[in-house]
Amino acid sequence: MTGSTPQPAALALHDIRVHLGGREILQGVTLELAAGEILALAGPNGSGKTTLLRVASGVIAADEGQVWVAGRECGSLSARERAREIAVVPQDAHIPFPFRAGEIVLMGRSPHLGPLGFESAADVEQARQAMARVGIEDLAERSILELSGGERQLVLVARALVQASRVLLLDEPTAHLDLRHRIEVLSLVRELAREGRSALVVSHDLSLAAQTCDRIALLREGSLQAIGAPAQVVTRANVLHTFGIDAQVLEGPDGVPLVIPRTGPATGVR
Amino acid sequence: MKVLTRRRVVAVLACMLLLLVAVCIFGLAAGPSALAPGQVLAVLQGEDAQTAAADIVLRVRLPRVVLAMLVGAALAVAGVLFQALLRNPLADPFVLGVSGGAALGAILVLSLGGTAGIGYSAVPPAAFAGSVVATLALYAIAGVRGSVSATNLLLTGVVFNAFASAAIVFLASLSGLTESANIFLWLIGSLSAARADVAGWVGLFLAGGLACALPLSRSLNLLTLGEESARQLGVDVERSRRVLLLATSLMVGAAVSAAGLIGFVGLIIPHLLRLLLGPDHRLLVPAAALGGAAFLVVCDTLARILLDGRELPVGAITALAGGPLFLYLLRRHHMRAFAA
Repeated sequence: MTGSTPQPAALALHDIRVHLGGREILQGVTLELAAGEILALAGPNGSGKTTLLRVASGVIAADEGQVWVAGRECGSLSARERAREIAVVPQDAHIPFPFRAGEIVLMGRSPHLGPLGFESAADVEQARQAMARVGIEDLAERSILELSGGERQLVLVARALVQASRVLLLDEPTAHLDLRHRIEVLSLVRELAREGRSALVVSHDLSLAAQTCDRIALLREGSLQAIGAPAQVVTRANVLHTFGIDAQVLEGPDGVPLVIPRTGPATGVR
Repeated sequence: MKVLTRRRVVAVLACMLLLLVAVCIFGLAAGPSALAPGQVLAVLQGEDAQTAAADIVLRVRLPRVVLAMLVGAALAVAGVLFQALLRNPLADPFVLGVSGGAALGAILVLSLGGTAGIGYSAVPPAAFAGSVVATLALYAIAGVRGSVSATNLLLTGVVFNAFASAAIVFLASLSGLTESANIFLWLIGSLSAARADVAGWVGLFLAGGLACALPLSRSLNLLTLGEESARQLGVDVERSRRVLLLATSLMVGAAVSAAGLIGFVGLIIPHLLRLLLGPDHRLLVPAAALGGAAFLVVCDTLARILLDGRELPVGAITALAGGPLFLYLLRRHHMRAFAA
């Protein structure tokens, strides 16, 4: 799947299977992320989204299957090499010591520095620009312990930016954000995609995902239910089957589907 | 944006080195027969070699000041490393029970050594082995994956310490060491029975520990973000953990074999330095070595001069200072946990 195409996928997951505590969390997930593409990953709680991100970022090893970055099998990469290819924006990070926000952002340069290295002026400039891009320059000198959940999330987005990786994995990057920052972060991801980076975004908000992402993948009980363009994937039947809720799917502007859940559980499908 | 630079690291460490030198001169000058700093300097420069002052400074006080420096540095750096590894500012080799494990290893060798003909030089390696075992047990019991709960960690440490103390007293009584080896001083921690012949070992262990820890300074920053984030930022977590286990065990082994169970140095100094210098380990690790050294020289000098004609164990002084600080940190830790 890698040698045959002239340009390998930025990220390719091939038949990923993960067993944890006797349960099969991922049951053979295969997906590819092209250069410059944004793929949303949605699914109910416990469907394996976060596990899939952890496999992709090398935090846990898949029991079966392989992860490829730009044509290289991740198993053959060192942690440093992988960190230069894949950056992760975690949901939230508990940081026990009073690092300043600017210091946390600079840590994104780590995979590019030598073991004893101090950041160069160029590294600092990159961090400054990343913070400006995310709109948090004024937080640089603040202790990370004093920031709100949303501000911390923006710091983590900036950190992933300075990692200068080909692939970005974002785990609910907008969970703690207000509406304006939600849109801003997703527009930023869009911008990065235009620059040729690829992003895999775990999102609970199907409408928002449909608006910003090129494709959407629906995950349920560890296997892919559907993957494709938002208009094809976000349908009433798919939403019912994946999430078990009856929702109205409207056609929004530019043909982007809008999901309006009805209150009360669905009755037809388990 | 304020950034840690090599220049700042060098400047801060140079200042701390000056402080350490000043403190050492104080340690060499103070005592039952007080000397002026000028006299101490003269002796150190090789003048007045035949005087009583030279005898006191070079034979009596210098070995002890050197040992206090080595032990203080080892304990403070070990504290910094444990705090980063366990992502908890309350971690300290004594509180965690790792010192207790080291002491148990040392006493085991001491009590069996008499019959088996093993000399005192086997004590530091035994203390090293004891801290390796204690640390591995701590990891296994408290569950080191992810963020370790402070409660788990502290409870494990408390039980460990109680067990180690009991085992030490038991072993010592069994082998008749109670009279000869000053078990009391082992348990509270003192440099008064310090044996100059272990200074070489202690220095070697400290150097080895620092050689392991310093190259990992930047990785330590990333490890405080959690195992998962550290890995995603390019840290080889397993390897770093193994190297840091070696580093902490060497340092705790060194400190305990020289001075017994001195508590809280690894808590006080890192806390103070983080307040003054920030949490970046590229500065914090070497600064803790210098700061810990200076701190224990001061404490040990106070131990020698506070009571007229009698000596306090230095461990009593560090515990008197460290206990309240520990409770304060614990309270703040809980407030933060509830606020989050």
